[in-house]
Amino acid sequence: MNPILAQYGFLIVPIIKVILLVLIVLTADAYLTWLERKVIGHIQARWGPYRVGPHGLLQPLADGAKFILKEDPLPDGVDKKAYFFAPFLTLMLSLTSLAVIPFGPDVTILGYKTNFGIADINISLLALFAITALSVYGIALAGWGSNNKYSLLGGLRSSAQMISYELSMTLSVVGVLLMAGTLSLKEIVEMQNTGNLGFLGWNIIGFSKDGFGLTQIIGCLCFFISAIAETNRVPFDLPEAESELVAGYHTEYASMKFAMFFIGEYTAMITVSCLSTILFFGGWLSPFPASWALTHYFPSIILVPLGLWVFFDGIRYETIFGRIVLPAVGGLLTLAGIGLFASHTVNEAIQGPFWFFVKVFAALFFYIWMRGTLPRFRYDQLMDFGWKVLLPVSIANVVLTSTYLLWRMHG
Amino acid sequence: MSAALLIFFVLAGLAVFGAVALILQSHPIHSALSLILVMLCLAGLYLLMGAEFVAAVQIIVYAGAVMVLFVLVIMLLNAGEEERTNFSKLATFAGVPLALALGGVIAAAIARSSGHLPAPAANGALTPTRELSKLLFSEFVYPFELTSFLILVAILGALVLAQRERN
Amino acid sequence: MVPTNYYLILSAVLFGLGVLAFVFKRNIITIFMSIELMLNAVNLAFVAFSQALGKTDGEVFVLFVIVVAAAEATVGLGIIILTARNRRSLNVERVDLLKL
Repeated sequence: MNPILAQYGFLIVPIIKVILLVLIVLTADAYLTWLERKVIGHIQARWGPYRVGPHGLLQPLADGAKFILKEDPLPDGVDKKAYFFAPFLTLMLSLTSLAVIPFGPDVTILGYKTNFGIADINISLLALFAITALSVYGIALAGWGSNNKYSLLGGLRSSAQMISYELSMTLSVVGVLLMAGTLSLKEIVEMQNTGNLGFLGWNIIGFSKDGFGLTQIIGCLCFFISAIAETNRVPFDLPEAESELVAGYHTEYASMKFAMFFIGEYTAMITVSCLSTILFFGGWLSPFPASWALTHYFPSIILVPLGLWVFFDGIRYETIFGRIVLPAVGGLLTLAGIGLFASHTVNEAIQGPFWFFVKVFAALFFYIWMRGTLPRFRYDQLMDFGWKVLLPVSIANVVLTSTYLLWRMHG
Repeated sequence: MSAALLIFFVLAGLAVFGAVALILQSHPIHSALSLILVMLCLAGLYLLMGAEFVAAVQIIVYAGAVMVLFVLVIMLLNAGEEERTNFSKLATFAGVPLALALGGVIAAAIARSSGHLPAPAANGALTPTRELSKLLFSEFVYPFELTSFLILVAILGALVLAQRERN
Repeated sequence: MVPTNYYLILSAVLFGLGVLAFVFKRNIITIFMSIELMLNAVNLAFVAFSQALGKTDGEVFVLFVIVVAAAEATVGLGIIILTARNRRSLNVERVDLLKL
């Protein structure tokens, strides 16, 4: 092992991981907004962004430039401490919650063994819930500090909604915790790694632990619905809807401060999708059994056709810029796919993160799909649903799982 | 100065700063924010002591639910800044130094008692969370069930108190 | 390792500051928050002793203190809302109907 790495590795490696993660997540946020606008556009029978760069791919850059260059007014009579602290708090908490998520199995780089997340603590799930609990303050303080009655109403409604759905969110994962016996996210994924059952071992079907587990499908549904309410997305986005409350708690926030709220919301979406894949869909585990070695070439099977499609679509694109960039991107993807096919070590290393990315992408697509399809709840319907439907169902899931486990353990 | 001692002084300093800010701020919402800072620092101190579950519960329940209740009530009642008080000069010039002196004497007494307190022991075989949960459901199960009843009573009380007049 | 008395001194200081806030502030909600500060200081002392003695009983008691504080905050804030509606002020010096 490299001697510098052995001595200072505990300091250098997390710093590098943090820098990488922040860069990747901020880029992913930006392109998540692009994906959302494209998908919702196609659901509504129109194209999304199309002009700014080929297929609108430079639209996030244009949005970023707009946020930086726009005027940043300071409304009269705002409570300065609360007004300036709220977006900072939202963004800080969203980015911090990514530190405890494991994106893949333990990896050995240059002889230094480290986990694929940033922090590997044995109460990582509780830490995530703690950070979710604190994110209510960002919205409450934003609503209060804006000196605007619509913001205050939106902030109060949104805070009440978030603390109501926090309960069912926390209770719906207790079924998984009962089966796993640990609060550590990495060990929860390891528990779903049954070796040869593939996707049947995931918690959503639950044949883990010598057939010990119960299907957690109720828990998964409750968790996902509560998470959508937690992140203030459609159909639970009344507090920030434009037609209802003049954008609610972030009415008085312009350019960069609004961008902080925006990035915070999308990062929270990514965090919740990562959490649901880890808890219910097996994290970085492949859906195929481990003995089917040919399925290790799945990344190549996806990348090569995708690259060829982008290539051939780009050659006949409208603008000249598109005719250069798109085939280049397509060519890179194809080469990456063929490279993975050729090199065995890189292919093995990339298996875990690839499956994780695929599942998170599916969850995010589901989020965006719901936004394009469903109307929003009225506020009293929203609160009724949280307290009268989701909370009893989550508690019923806990009781059911613990009864089943007790019956299996004692015969 | 080991890393643990350094972290302790940073967190303790922030906690005392938050508590002093609670007293000196005029608007109750700034006092609430200072109290949240104190609670987060205390959660950090619990983590430093190895009580990880208590730290998580402190953040989730205390800083994330109880203080949210305080903040929402302050917003609901539109609590304004505090009015100026007519403090007696005696209280400021004689009272505060005497209180600080009393505090100093007590702190010195505690610091001098270092020989009588047991040194921090190493962690046991079980992880702290597991040991805590074993205790909570075996020896302390009766108080645990009673607290659930207490919460139910508190919810009913709050509902009765906060509902609007019917007439 | 951090000696236990450091934690106890911090707990005593926080408790004293809580008492100061209780005595000097006149907004009823701030007074309530100073009670929460005192409870937190006591929690710190409990966990410090639990670590010193190597048992987890102190941490169990801290959980109970947190739960009781939450219940008390709920009912107390309900009472505060009613009183504030009635007397139209959050200043404790205005609630003086029993004065001669």
